[in-house]
Amino acid sequence: MKRRIGIDVGGTNTDAVYLEDTRVVHAVKTPTTRDVTSGVTDALRKLLQAGAPKTVDAVMIGTTHFTNAVVQRRDLTRVAAIRIGLPSGASLPPFIDWSEDLAALVRGEVVMLEGGHEFDGRPLVPLDTAGVRAAARRIRAAGLMSVGVASVFSPLNAACELEAAAILREECPDVAVTLSHQLGRIGLLERENAALLNAALVGLARTTTRAFTDALAASGITAPLYLTQNDGAVMLASVAEAFPVYGFASGPTNSMRGAAFLSKLTDALVIDVGGTTTDIGSLRHGFPREANNVVEIGGVRTLFRMPDLLSIGLGGGSLVARAPLTVGPRSVGYRLVEEGLVFGGGALTAPTSQWPRASSISATDGVSRRCRPSS
Amino acid sequence: MALRPVSAAEIESLAIGAWILGTGGGGSPYLALLNMRKLYREGVVCSLLDPMDLADDARVAVVSNMGAPLVGQERLTDPQTIARAVRMMEEYRGSRFDAIMSLEIGGGNSLQPFMAAAVLGLPVVDADCMGRAFPEAQMTSFAIHDLTMYPLTLADVRDNAVVVARAASWKWMERLSRKACVEVGSIASTCKAPRTGKEVKECAILYSTSKAIRLGQTVQDAQRRHQDPVHALVDAERGRLLFRGKIRDVARRTTEGFLRGTAKLDGLDDYRGSSFELAFQNEFAVGWLDGRPRVMTPDLICVLDSVSGDAIGTETLRYGQRVSVIALPAPPVLLTPKGLEHVGPRAFGYDLEFKSVFA
Repeated sequence: MKRRIGIDVGGTNTDAVYLEDTRVVHAVKTPTTRDVTSGVTDALRKLLQAGAPKTVDAVMIGTTHFTNAVVQRRDLTRVAAIRIGLPSGASLPPFIDWSEDLAALVRGEVVMLEGGHEFDGRPLVPLDTAGVRAAARRIRAAGLMSVGVASVFSPLNAACELEAAAILREECPDVAVTLSHQLGRIGLLERENAALLNAALVGLARTTTRAFTDALAASGITAPLYLTQNDGAVMLASVAEAFPVYGFASGPTNSMRGAAFLSKLTDALVIDVGGTTTDIGSLRHGFPREANNVVEIGGVRTLFRMPDLLSIGLGGGSLVARAPLTVGPRSVGYRLVEEGLVFGGGALTAPTSQWPRASSISATDGVSRRCRPSS
Repeated sequence: MALRPVSAAEIESLAIGAWILGTGGGGSPYLALLNMRKLYREGVVCSLLDPMDLADDARVAVVSNMGAPLVGQERLTDPQTIARAVRMMEEYRGSRFDAIMSLEIGGGNSLQPFMAAAVLGLPVVDADCMGRAFPEAQMTSFAIHDLTMYPLTLADVRDNAVVVARAASWKWMERLSRKACVEVGSIASTCKAPRTGKEVKECAILYSTSKAIRLGQTVQDAQRRHQDPVHALVDAERGRLLFRGKIRDVARRTTEGFLRGTAKLDGLDDYRGSSFELAFQNEFAVGWLDGRPRVMTPDLICVLDSVSGDAIGTETLRYGQRVSVIALPAPPVLLTPKGLEHVGPRAFGYDLEFKSVFA
């Protein structure tokens, strides 16, 4: 018998289940906490209290943390972009099609250097190694901690990216390096975007996966820790730490796989109303239908293999601003219980279906205070 | 000369309209559009020239990017490269150009003359020589009119430059320039045989740039009003809605430098119970309704997203997409007996007698 613990850390709630093979034996729900660790620790404690064993085959965690960071422009690391491919592509530098607010948060150094390959494997021009070294020194001087490297046709020949990484390790060994060929396919801008997003998230990924590891240790549970990936498969926590974008869409994937599991339906539309976003996806043969072309994340074009999803920055915790009147995309997230007006806090959040007189909320706060979401 | 400035909004519309006129091919205008947005942010404003205002002896450059769209996704298009091909032709011929026009209004090449014009400060002629997209060099109105096919200049991002001084035929020009293009990485900027104002007025497909802009605006207007962009397009352009359905199967193969294949559709709405099959060689060539030929090249066969009205390229077709197949009228020159020899169904290997859906 396979014994597994599955945890879904949403922006608002943390859900944990204990499974014996395909049977859900225990299920608990706790609010997500700012430090993540205590929320997961709480969930695990509740699960153990409910009767789950401390020795299991695996613990799997899915989280919307990374996608929420980009959607809400929070907890992002400023990165250096190194593009290798001049004299090709000079007119379209890294970050070219990013929304300006996101680019302003993420863009540190932008360096374009000679190098790259042809589609048949020949070098485009020799790699400017002196340029890479000079860039590495500037990155160190600027105090940047994360770098994204993209070279022309690197999915076919990664030599330039690998050589740049080796030089970066020599010159600034503490800097995290994301290489585009490890993340994407043909399509330089989209692959570079993936590398830059990943680079912007590695700081958050490190704290988050370590928080998960700590929570597990604190609960006395011994089992390998996995994080779920965009396509519904899992990866070791150490992989997730280096490649947070692999788990980018794991939140909706988890809920879609979960919906298939619980409903026993294999072909259905799944609408997941979370605290921060509402995601609509389509199940086919029990798995999310994948978008096999361009996927935009927080306004950035990528080519990830991801569920074909309509994601709206609107959930139960979305903040309502009055002038001008907007709802979301910022959310009180896990602070819903402390800050949400419906729970007696001060923040006006988006109506949920549990609010019978949602339309009157902006007029009379008293109405909304009497209503409580049921979950 | 009647010159008018082209606004940034019109450039956006042009990219949408040109992708529709690409009839599945021509490459996405996305990267060229990014270049144009950047140039406009830097203060560039291109101008569009009425072709009938060209002097008979005006010198017009005909430009296009040549190569594999896949390579273009890595070797991002750059205004300087296409401008270099134009300058090279000026040096070779020892004379300056007065204006620039597109070889092909369908797809990414619709924006290449604008990119060159932005660098060189020349006007763009409101014309092209396909009125859509086609895969081969002899499939142009200039070839149908038996104009000379040489010289041709070809520029690479490195300091490589090739001039094809003469070619024995359009087919030879295709072979010689294709070879050079493959050597420099299967992407190159080219300036085709220069044209006189008279040749453009008599042999080009006129006002196709403004047509592409108009198509894009029609789709954008309908999107803004939450109306059906497909119907809006069909009404505005006197096109035909041929089918609405869902893609059931796509088969693609890359052979001899072309993307060939078929797509099968199951009907929805009024077309429920029917099926449609499309064959393509870069562009959509023939469509069969319930097994009978319904539409064929050179009528423009456009596959649009049924909801957004945006064009779908042959490389981005996929299972489950809800699409509408429409036909738009072809430029008259393509429908002449000579035109059909160059671009009719037999030119693509289909043993079909051309019959227009508009006949």
